[in-house]
Amino acid sequence: MIRLFERWALDSQLVLWIVGLTLFGLAMIYSAGQVNVPNVVTEFAWFRQARWFVIALVAFTVLSRIPLRWIEWAAVPSYVVSVVLLALTLVIGEGRGTAQGVRSFINLGFFSFQPEEVAKLSTVLALAHLLSQKEAGLHSLRELIAPGMLVAVPLVLVLGQPDLGTAMAFVGILFAMLYWAATPVWLLLLVASPVVGLFVSYNTVLWSMFIVTVVGFLVLLRYRLSLFESVAVVLTNFATATIARPLWDSLAEYQQNRILVYLDPEVDPRGAGYQVIQSKLAIGSGAFEGRGFTLGPQKRFDFLPEQHTDFIFAVVGEEFGFIGTTLAVVAFTFVLARLVRMASHMSESQAFAGLVLLGIFGLWLVHVFVNIGMTIGIVPITGIPLPFLSYGGTFLLMSWVAVAIAVRVAHEEP
Amino acid sequence: MNVHHPHELRRRAWGAYVALGLLMGMLIIGFFRIQVIQGEEAKLKAETNRVRSLPVPAPRGTIYDRNGEIIADNVPGYQVTILPAPVDEVRATLRRMQEYMHLSDERIERVVRTLQAYGREVVVETDADYAAIAALEERRADFPGVYVEMRPRRRYMLGDAAGHLTGYVGEINQDELDSGSFPDSIYEAGMIVGKIGIELEYESVLQGRQGVRHVEFDARGRIVGAFGGAPQVAAEPGRDLHLNIDMELQRWIRRVFPDSMSGAVVALDPTDGAVLALYSAPGYDPNLFTGGIDELTWAALNSDERKPLYHRAVVGRYAPASTWKLASAGIALDLGVITPDEVMPEPCEGAYFFGDRFFHCWDREGHGFNNLAEAIANSCDIYFYQMAERIGLSRLLERSNDIGFAGQCGIDLPQESSGLFPQDENFWRERYGYRPRLGEALNLIIGQGPNSQTPLKMAQFYVALARNGRAPAPTIAQGAPVVDGWELDLDAHHIASLQEGLRQVTQPGGTAHVRTALEHWEVIGKTGTGQNPLSVRGLAEDHAWFAGMAGPIGELPEIVVVALVEYGESGGQVAAPIVAKAADFYLRTQHNMPIDTIQTYWDHISTGPMPPWYRMRFPSAFRPLDGAEGENRLLDVRQRRPGQ
Repeated sequence: MIRLFERWALDSQLVLWIVGLTLFGLAMIYSAGQVNVPNVVTEFAWFRQARWFVIALVAFTVLSRIPLRWIEWAAVPSYVVSVVLLALTLVIGEGRGTAQGVRSFINLGFFSFQPEEVAKLSTVLALAHLLSQKEAGLHSLRELIAPGMLVAVPLVLVLGQPDLGTAMAFVGILFAMLYWAATPVWLLLLVASPVVGLFVSYNTVLWSMFIVTVVGFLVLLRYRLSLFESVAVVLTNFATATIARPLWDSLAEYQQNRILVYLDPEVDPRGAGYQVIQSKLAIGSGAFEGRGFTLGPQKRFDFLPEQHTDFIFAVVGEEFGFIGTTLAVVAFTFVLARLVRMASHMSESQAFAGLVLLGIFGLWLVHVFVNIGMTIGIVPITGIPLPFLSYGGTFLLMSWVAVAIAVRVAHEEP
Repeated sequence: MNVHHPHELRRRAWGAYVALGLLMGMLIIGFFRIQVIQGEEAKLKAETNRVRSLPVPAPRGTIYDRNGEIIADNVPGYQVTILPAPVDEVRATLRRMQEYMHLSDERIERVVRTLQAYGREVVVETDADYAAIAALEERRADFPGVYVEMRPRRRYMLGDAAGHLTGYVGEINQDELDSGSFPDSIYEAGMIVGKIGIELEYESVLQGRQGVRHVEFDARGRIVGAFGGAPQVAAEPGRDLHLNIDMELQRWIRRVFPDSMSGAVVALDPTDGAVLALYSAPGYDPNLFTGGIDELTWAALNSDERKPLYHRAVVGRYAPASTWKLASAGIALDLGVITPDEVMPEPCEGAYFFGDRFFHCWDREGHGFNNLAEAIANSCDIYFYQMAERIGLSRLLERSNDIGFAGQCGIDLPQESSGLFPQDENFWRERYGYRPRLGEALNLIIGQGPNSQTPLKMAQFYVALARNGRAPAPTIAQGAPVVDGWELDLDAHHIASLQEGLRQVTQPGGTAHVRTALEHWEVIGKTGTGQNPLSVRGLAEDHAWFAGMAGPIGELPEIVVVALVEYGESGGQVAAPIVAKAADFYLRTQHNMPIDTIQTYWDHISTGPMPPWYRMRFPSAFRPLDGAEGENRLLDVRQRRPGQ
C-alpha cells in the first residue's frame, strides 16, 4: 500500500504534504460556507472544489507519467500560447466571483479558466529552458536581459488586467530561478534596486540615502560591472523615482487604497481597511486554541471578506487559533523546503529540472507569503490565492499540475 | 564558478532555506503577536464588532381628556433604521429602498449627512407602512445595514380639531440636544420628543426612559438574534396625562366654526379656570408630524396664507374692542368710582366734547341716559368716556396691568403671547414722544388705542365676571401648578349688574339675540368689532368678537366662551353663534341631555318653523311693536341696530 503510494506519487513526501494541505483546504472551504445566513454559492463551494480535486488528481497521475523530454519540448510552445491567451484576456477577459474587478477569465462557454494560471507554469518551464542553456551562469546585467524579457512579457500583460498579485508571482519566479542559475546575489540586488527605489521615492531624503547606497555599491563592484551597466542601473533608478508619481496616479483607486490601508488600516475602516481589520480581528480572536472547526463567529456573521477564496487563512486563524496557523505555515514550509531539497539533488545534466523546481518554489513562496501575510496586515492586500487552500478550480488544478511537473522532473534519472 | 558544482549547489540551497525560513518565521511571529499576545483583546473587540446596543423606545404617556377619553395614544409603528457604512453604499441602499417606500432624495441626503456626522445608526423612516416593511424583509440581502423594528407611534384622536392644543412629536434635533432643556441623562439623538403644545409642555411627564437591548448583527447589518452577554434594560413608559379639555366639546367647536374663516375659540370653566376647549382655526393635523412630516406637506402648511400653524387662541393678538368695556367697568367698580345703578351726568347724544375735541359714540344717534347695565347693553361710548374721566389715566393703567393685560395668563403651554397694553405713562413718551393726557384713557376705556389681547386673555377676564371677580390662571392639564390669578373687588350686586348688561345683549332687541337664543340655557355676553390694519384701510372687514358665558336659566354661568373670528365683521352674527353652540353642547352633556345639531333660535327658524319654546323663553319678543306684527317682528329683530 505504502509502496503503491510511493510509486504513484514519485515523491511521496512532497505529495503527502500537499494532499494533506488540499484536504485541509477542502475542510476550510466547507467551514467558510457554514455561515449564519447561508448562501448557495459559498455553502456548496467545498463540493465543487472536491470535484476539482478529483480532476486535479487525475491530471497529476497522467502528467507525472509523461517523459521529461516532452515537458522540455513543450516549454517554449506552451509559453507562446499562454502569452497569446494572456493578451486575449485583455480583450475578451471577464471578472468572476470575488474577483469582479479583474479581467482574468476567458469564457469558453462550457468552461472558463484563468490563462494566468497556465502562464505562470509555462513561464517557469520556458525560463528553465532558457537558463539551462547558460552553463556558466549569469554575471552581467546584459546577460539578464533575455530572461528578464521572458518574464516581463506575461508580467506586463497580467498587470494590465490589472492583477498585481499574479504579477508579483512572476517576480518571485524570476528571482528564484535567476538565483538558482547562480546569478551573483549582488547582481540580483542591483536589478531589484529600482523597484525598491520606487517605494522609497515618496520621501526625498529617504530616496537620496537610497541612491547614494546604490552608487556606493556600484563603485565597490566597479571591476565586475561595465561602466555602461553601472550607468544603466543609476539611470533606471532615477527613471523609476521620476515615474513614481505618475505611476501612483495611474493605479486604480482601489489599488491606491490598498497600499494606503496597508500603511494604516484605520485610514478607512469601513472601506478599503475593512478587510484587513476584520481579518486581523477574526484571526486574533482565534487566540491560541481557536474557536473550533466551523464555529468562528466572525466568519459565521459574515464579517470576513472573501472567506472562501483569498481570506481562507483568516478562517484557519479564527477556528484553529495559533496552533492551526503555525501548523499550516509549517506545512507550507515543508513543501517549499522539499522543493529546494529536490532541486539540490539534481546533477549538472539536470539543470532544467533544478530550475523548474526553484521556479515553482519562487511561485509558491510568493503566493503563500503574500496571501497569508495580507491576512495579518504585514503585506498589502493583493488578490492572490493561497495554494491548495483557497477555493478556485483552475488554480487548484494548475497547482497540482505544478506538483506533477515537480515530481516528474525530479524523478527523471540521469 | 560552475552552477552545478556540488559546493555551489549546496550554498544556493542553504540560501533558499534561509530565505524561506525568514519569511515563514515572519508569518509565525505575526500570528504569535496577533493571536497569542493580543488574542484576548481581539476576542473582546470581535464581540463588540457584532454586538450592538440598540435603544428600546419607551412609549409616551397617553393623554386623556377630562372624561377619561383618549386624546393621544400610541399605536405600533415600524421604524426603519440603517447602520453606518461607506457613504456610497448607504446612498445606493436607500435609493433601492425608494422603490418600496416613500423616501425623498432630500431625506436620503439628510440620512447620509447624519451618518457621516455621528457614525451611528440613523432612523430612515419612523413610520413605514406594512407593505413597505414586508417588501424590505423579503429582500433583506438587497438592503445591507437596514433593520426594521417596532416602535410606538403617536396617534392623535382629535386630528386637526386640536393640533395646536396637543402639539406634535418629532425626532429630537441637535439644537434641542444642545439647549439644555433636554438633559443628556435622558435624551439622545434619535429619540422622539414633544415639539410644541401639550406634548412639549409636559414632555418630562410623557417621555419615559428608553431601554437598551443588545443584538447580534452580521456584517450586513442583519439582526441575527439577541445577545445574552450583557443585561438588557427595559424601557420605562412615560406617565399618562389627564387634561381639563373636553374632547367632545373641542370636536363640536371644530364643527360649528365656519370652515372658511380663521379665528379662535376658548372655553373655560369659570369655577377653576380649567380650559375646556382651546381651538384655533384653521387647524392642522398633528398626525402629519408623526414619523416626520414630509417636505411638501410642511412647505404647504408654512406657505398657506391662512397660517394653519399659527395658534390664534394663545399667540394671536387682536384689538379687543367693545369686549374690553367690561374690563373698564370691572375696574371702575373695583375702584369704587361708579355704582351700578347711577346714571352718568351727561346723556349720550352721539358725541362727547372732551379737552379740545369731540369723542363720538359708535352710534351717532345717541343712547340717552344709561346706567351701567344699559351702557354695557348699548355699548355706549359716552358713558364710558365719563367713567374714564373718573378713573384717570394712571389708575386705569395701573389696575389694567394688575389684571395682566400687558402680560400672559400663565397657561400651561410653551408659547403664549403677552397682551399689548401700556405699562405706564412712559409708553406714550417713548413711543410717540408726548405726554399722555386723559384723552388716552377715553380711547383705552372703550377697548381702542394701544391694546391687543389674546382670545385666551379675554376669556380669562370673563371668568372673573362669571362668579366673583376672581380669575385663576387657565390650566389645560389637571393638577397643573397653579399660577396666581388676580382678583377684582366686586360684590354680588356688581356682578349681577355687569351680567345684566351682558344679558341685554342677548335678549330680544340685543345685537346677539337671535343667534344665541337657546332652549335650555341662558347665554350672555358682549360683542366686539376689532379694527385691524386691513379694516382700517377699508380692505377687509373688522374682526368679530363675542365674549360670553352660559348656564342654566337663572343660575350662575357654568362655562365661559370667547370666540374671535378674523375679518368676521359682526360679533353678533358670526362670533356669538359659535359661543352659543359651544355652550349649548357643553351644558347639554353636563346635564345629561341629548345633543341636537339644530341649536340656536336662528338655526331653528332658518331650517323650519319657529320652535315652540321660543315664545316661552322670550315673551318680551312678542310685545307689540309699532308698524310691525307677527313673524315680521321676529325677523325684524335681527335687523335692528343695537341699542335701539
